[in-house]
Amino acid sequence: MIEVTDLTLGIHGTPILRDVSFDIRPGEVFGVVGESGSGKSLTALSLMQLLPEGAQTSGRAIFDDIDLLTQSERRMCALRGAEIGMIFQEPMTALNPVQTIGDQVAETLLVHGKAGRAEATQIAAERLARVGLPPEKVPLSRYPHELSGGQRQRVAIAMAIALRPRLLIADEPTTALDVTTQAQILALLKGLVTDEGMSLMLITHDLAVVAGMADRIVVMQAGQIVESGPTARVFQALSHPYTRQLFAASDHQPQRQPHVTDDPHLQMQGAVRDYHLPRRSLFGKAPTFRAVNDVTFTLRRGESLGLVGESGSGKSTLARAVLGLEPLQAGRILLDGAPVRAGDPRMQVVFQDPYGSFNPRHRVARLVAEPFHTMGHPHDADARIAEALTDVGLTPSDADKYIHEFSGGQRQRIAIARALITRPELIVLDEAVSALDVSVRANVLDLLADLQARYGLSYLFITHDLQVVRAITDRVLVMQAGRIVEEGPTERVLSAPEHPYTRDLIAAAPAIPAEWRNHA
Amino acid sequence: MRLPVQLILGGVLAGLFLALALISLVWTPHDVVALSIADRLQAPSARFLLGTDHLGRDILSMIMVGARTSLAVALVAVGIGIVVGVPLGLLAAATRGSLLDEVVMRGNDLVFAFPSLVIAILITAVFGPSAVNAIIAIGIFNIPVFARVTRGAALSLWTLDYILAARVAGKGRARISVEHILPNILNLLIVQGTIQFSLGILAEAALSYVGLGAQPPTPSWGRMLAEAQTMIYTNPWLPVLPGLAIVLTVLGLNLMGDGLRDLLDPRLRRVRA
Repeated sequence: MIEVTDLTLGIHGTPILRDVSFDIRPGEVFGVVGESGSGKSLTALSLMQLLPEGAQTSGRAIFDDIDLLTQSERRMCALRGAEIGMIFQEPMTALNPVQTIGDQVAETLLVHGKAGRAEATQIAAERLARVGLPPEKVPLSRYPHELSGGQRQRVAIAMAIALRPRLLIADEPTTALDVTTQAQILALLKGLVTDEGMSLMLITHDLAVVAGMADRIVVMQAGQIVESGPTARVFQALSHPYTRQLFAASDHQPQRQPHVTDDPHLQMQGAVRDYHLPRRSLFGKAPTFRAVNDVTFTLRRGESLGLVGESGSGKSTLARAVLGLEPLQAGRILLDGAPVRAGDPRMQVVFQDPYGSFNPRHRVARLVAEPFHTMGHPHDADARIAEALTDVGLTPSDADKYIHEFSGGQRQRIAIARALITRPELIVLDEAVSALDVSVRANVLDLLADLQARYGLSYLFITHDLQVVRAITDRVLVMQAGRIVEEGPTERVLSAPEHPYTRDLIAAAPAIPAEWRNHA
Repeated sequence: MRLPVQLILGGVLAGLFLALALISLVWTPHDVVALSIADRLQAPSARFLLGTDHLGRDILSMIMVGARTSLAVALVAVGIGIVVGVPLGLLAAATRGSLLDEVVMRGNDLVFAFPSLVIAILITAVFGPSAVNAIIAIGIFNIPVFARVTRGAALSLWTLDYILAARVAGKGRARISVEHILPNILNLLIVQGTIQFSLGILAEAALSYVGLGAQPPTPSWGRMLAEAQTMIYTNPWLPVLPGLAIVLTVLGLNLMGDGLRDLLDPRLRRVRA
């Protein structure tokens, strides 16, 4: 249905894509897999002619006898939405916040002149019902902010399929969603392909997602397709070294020799954290939201404890409370038997976002040395900065560079170096590997396991990703709506979950079929 | 990196008047205080490059000294705005949602609620017209502008992880504000400063025009305009020249502000690239 031959793309002379060729057949799910920077999103944007300024394309992309790469903007406007629909990663920004969802879906129909106002509204209602938002439950008059992330992504899908396009391009459609929501959205997309005979081009970094969805896949690396074929065959053969490497990294298990003692290191006893919500009336009492509800657990010295939950479960609030940054309304948190406080050199943190975690105006040496603040700069500060950088696999000369000179994975190493600088005993890792590509993530997990063994560290590992929990934790807590609903050794919880919520989480997590991973 | 065209153009214009002002400190073609009725209302000539006014003073010399007055008044007024407004904004952002934040921001609203020029006239009318009082009057209205810009920019920074990391390191709000927030909003403050600077020049000209700015014999563009306006039919260059000086300086500064924003805002830069 669409046949791309030798698609080459450069932006301001920098080569981005080289000789990308593939074809998508009617009614199939076509997966495009690759790490960030591999060019998978730009491939899709080339087809839509939605490239940034300064882009130069060559090659051909034949869709119904016409070459998408040479069409005029006017012609492309008619094609976009009508023949080719697209959905993006971020459901928060893909919708217009001041327009109702009904209007937004109807607008696609109106713009293309395919329906009058009344008819468009009716079709919009029908399309929204198709994506699981029936008007009797979710009226057309709702605004995006009144919906959850998953519901918004459904609206975005309804907009993309409003005109029944023959090709739907989905660029990381579930990456920003929780795993249970992800499973629902993937099932919806698969259903649409079956029912409407649409083709789906599914772009993702997640091998497990394509394994469950795609009929055929291509694997991209640095702007080139390195491997392509039917999904099962690619997964079983792993003929290209890069595919093999990706596959191995996706469920990488670092070598760990935990030395868990019985000594309680961090104790949380009946902790409660309430937030004030906006007042509903002028003099009324402000309602409160209980983000952390009577949480009790003990982290033993040398242990790696996982804390799993979906967004909004209160796990990040709990992390900040442990760091002494959130006042508690009840209960207490003890480190070595004494209440925790911010700036305690015995406890450090690594955050999720490798881009937002550093002041862009400071050099690495100053960034890494920040935790010295409360204990005063030791006389051997420079040596310790060098040591911390070496510990995380960087070189001491990196201390003079600025943070923008480093890649995402290197930045996360610098974040770990910052956490190591005070020679802490406990490190809180708040989604510390979630934003990293799989191969980088595998390296960082190895590093964390190695550091734990070397320095006898305790980890509190907060994540939504069960793969990570399996890789690096001894024990796991499952958190739902501010409460710990299940607790136990990681192996036991993941293989024989007791609480229904844990079971849902594990069932929803996409997985590569066991028979495809024999050689792994 | 290529500099934006506006920045170059604006810099040249503003730089020209800054140079005139600086030169006037040591040398002017003629004495601006000395009156010479014999030379009154001369057209531009080799002796008086831009002609003379109704009291025989050299227009070029007056514009040079006037530039000094305008730039000095506006600069000090913007300085007041930055020195008072930026710390207030940082404080409000650091204590967001608290009573202190509320007090600072409502105080801002209060100042904003008055038409600035009317209050400036009031201040100079009560305390007497002088350049110093003009500075104070204009400076007061710069405070809420800088406080608001600072607070807005700082609030978005406070949500970033590196601020959280600094808090984990045990740093207090004041220290975080100075060490992490201020350097990262400096771009914005520089751009805002340029814009306020040009507004300050306009405000000073307006105050002088109604006779409430720098007092005679100190020349100022606004008063030159006011004195010359009755002669617009007989000696058109008299009101046109100080007017042109005001327009070109303000234009130069505004272009510079736009250019600096393009240069310092990486998001705009990327679009341009």
